[in-house]
Amino acid sequence: MNAHQESESDEVEALVVDMCRQHDNAPAALLEILHDIQDAVGHVPQSSLAAIADALNLSRAEVHGVVSFYHDFRAAPAGTVTVKVCRAEACQSMGALTLIEDLCRRHGVTLGETSADKGLTIEPIYCLGNCALSPAALVNGKPVGRADVERVDGAIREARS
Amino acid sequence: MSAPLTIYVPRDSAALSVGADATAAAIGREAAARGIDIKIIRNGSRGMFWLEPLVEVARDGVRHAFGPVAAADVGALFDAGFPGAGNGHPLSLGPTEELDYLANQERLTFARVGVIDPLDLAEYEALGGLEGLRRAAAMKGAEIVEAVTASGLRGRGGAGFPTGIKWKTVGEQPEGRKYVCCNADEGDSGTFADRMLMEGDPFMLLEGMAIAGFAVGAQEGYVYIRSEYPHAIATMREAVRLWEDAGLLGDDAAGSGRPFRIFIRRGAGAYICGEESSMLESLEGRRGTVRSKPPIPAIAGLHGRPTVVNNVLSLATVPVILAKGADFYKDYGQGKSLGTQPFQLAGNIKRGGLVEKAFGVSLRTLVEDFGGGTATGRPFRAAQLGGPLGAYVGIGHLDVPMTYEALAEADAMLGHGGVVLFDETVDMAGMARFAFEFCQIESCGKCTPCRIGAVRGKETVEKILRGEDVARNIALVEDLCDVMTDGSLCAMGGLTPMPVLSAIRLFPEDFDKGRVAAAAE
Ligand SMILES: Cc1cc2nc3c(=O)[nH]c(=O)nc-3n(C[C@H](O)[C@H](O)[C@H](O)COP(=O)(O)O)c2cc1C
Ligand code: SF4
Ligand code: FES
Repeated sequence: MNAHQESESDEVEALVVDMCRQHDNAPAALLEILHDIQDAVGHVPQSSLAAIADALNLSRAEVHGVVSFYHDFRAAPAGTVTVKVCRAEACQSMGALTLIEDLCRRHGVTLGETSADKGLTIEPIYCLGNCALSPAALVNGKPVGRADVERVDGAIREARS
Repeated sequence: MSAPLTIYVPRDSAALSVGADATAAAIGREAAARGIDIKIIRNGSRGMFWLEPLVEVARDGVRHAFGPVAAADVGALFDAGFPGAGNGHPLSLGPTEELDYLANQERLTFARVGVIDPLDLAEYEALGGLEGLRRAAAMKGAEIVEAVTASGLRGRGGAGFPTGIKWKTVGEQPEGRKYVCCNADEGDSGTFADRMLMEGDPFMLLEGMAIAGFAVGAQEGYVYIRSEYPHAIATMREAVRLWEDAGLLGDDAAGSGRPFRIFIRRGAGAYICGEESSMLESLEGRRGTVRSKPPIPAIAGLHGRPTVVNNVLSLATVPVILAKGADFYKDYGQGKSLGTQPFQLAGNIKRGGLVEKAFGVSLRTLVEDFGGGTATGRPFRAAQLGGPLGAYVGIGHLDVPMTYEALAEADAMLGHGGVVLFDETVDMAGMARFAFEFCQIESCGKCTPCRIGAVRGKETVEKILRGEDVARNIALVEDLCDVMTDGSLCAMGGLTPMPVLSAIRLFPEDFDKGRVAAAAE
């Protein structure tokens, strides 16, 4: 570990300790804590697991087990813009699978992965509760209904600006 | 000077997904530029999503609808006299309540959704809110349970278990720490009623939870909301804060002399956490692994304590029952399917949205009269009822009345009330493959038939799709489905066979395309 990485992980640790305290160090709040960390840092760094385990009086294996169970938590940062496209049944009925293929091809990324320039991540999601305006997507948290390549690209441009 | 005209532009996330924020901003700008005095209220959605952004103007106590209004349409609308008139404009739809889609519904649970500002407590109360809670606060717990039982209300989360009976069990447990947990994980494709209610009338859910708390002697409530619903989470958090400030939650909740508090929790992208015991594990900060039963949550639920677990719609319907009486509610519906069901029309449908109707309405009425057929205009071929674990049905099922009993008889289920339409281009073998794939992605991993069966099932359907040994592989899938049905701990593995087998049964030709294609080569 170089000096830069070390100070970064110290920072993360301080943040984690603080976030756990805000939830009274309650083990039941683990998901909330992980969300808070991911909201602040963009992912759940490996280096945070020990600090969480310490604060909540859990084993590291337990914390790791929870992080790995839930699809939301990512171990590495996502791209600057994250596009989540629904591929559940209602969206499939309106061409979601083709939309996903087209989006990935156009941006040169594989579904579930981040582009080389770290600018974009396209991920599958299973229902956004917008099934009457299928296909549905979320672009950096902003909902896009009746999604097509143009509408999603527009939302990506907006998220970048 | 006359009072400003009130203009409604929904804040529902589906409306936002087609530009409601931009529309609201454009209306604000245009009115200011023309010196017209208006007040914009961000309401929930009326649930007519093909008309979103649906803008309404209140004139002389009547709301007039315009839709779909894109930001770019706003200038022309004002030119035609909007908001003062504008009735001649092509986007003018007439009085909102007179639109067939709404006029033909029986909205009890959704009575205020899309009507009010979701976070305006005074308006909530003016339209009947808090009546149920005030009644309940003066009643004994057992009396509340009795009213809910008498109403015939059954769980709207999927299993349809009588709500009153569940509450009775929790109420009869010795006094002490008890919980009310609201299941707002709404993971089923084709469903959005919970989301709409939380975004459009969040106080009603809080009211239902508080009534449940009084009924069973619980002191705390949790709402477990899926992380895919950031807007619902934000609205519910704000709603709780407003209720705390108003003294409706706290040590003396709603002047009942009893404590009740509510906490909002986020899920983290796991479909299985909608299964109640998995949700409880998740609420305790653990992996969402399904618990073996017994014990049932009513006896040992959250932190091992007696717990009511109910769906958003079940809880949100309780205030109506308390306010208007069990008899009023059970006058709707038929047989053992009493009251109303918020159906959700989704997928390839022209007029997708929320239709609350008494149980017993036919699928045809929903799909044709309300839905207007497919969005693409191609012939309807299949519908999936009740989410990803529900059966596919075809044209032959259109006259089935939507009740728990009639659907079970037709080898289908109501689930959470989702109806997902597909046109003739759907590949039903592909949908069967997806059912297994979804189970593979979302299985909690506890039992082998589900964990391994899903993977094997997907691979086998892929062989069928390639035309390999079709008859033998279909038989293999059917055997596998038997094993999953019999050997799974919960309905994830136990009901994945439902979409798969219904697809094979109703659309056998789709499972033979690969073989036909291979033979032609
Ligand atoms: C895999 C699976 C997913 C489920 N998802 C949900 C859900 O998202 N929301 C829900 O209310 N119930 C869901 N259920 C049903 C719950 O286990 C439970 O029956 C329900 O929350 C009880 O509330 P109710 O009686 O008010 O319906 C699911 C069940 C299974 C097996
Ligand atoms: S059936 Fe599947 S999801 Fe349900 S308990 Fe078993 S492994 Fe878990
Ligand atoms: S299925 Fe895609 S939003 Fe519901």
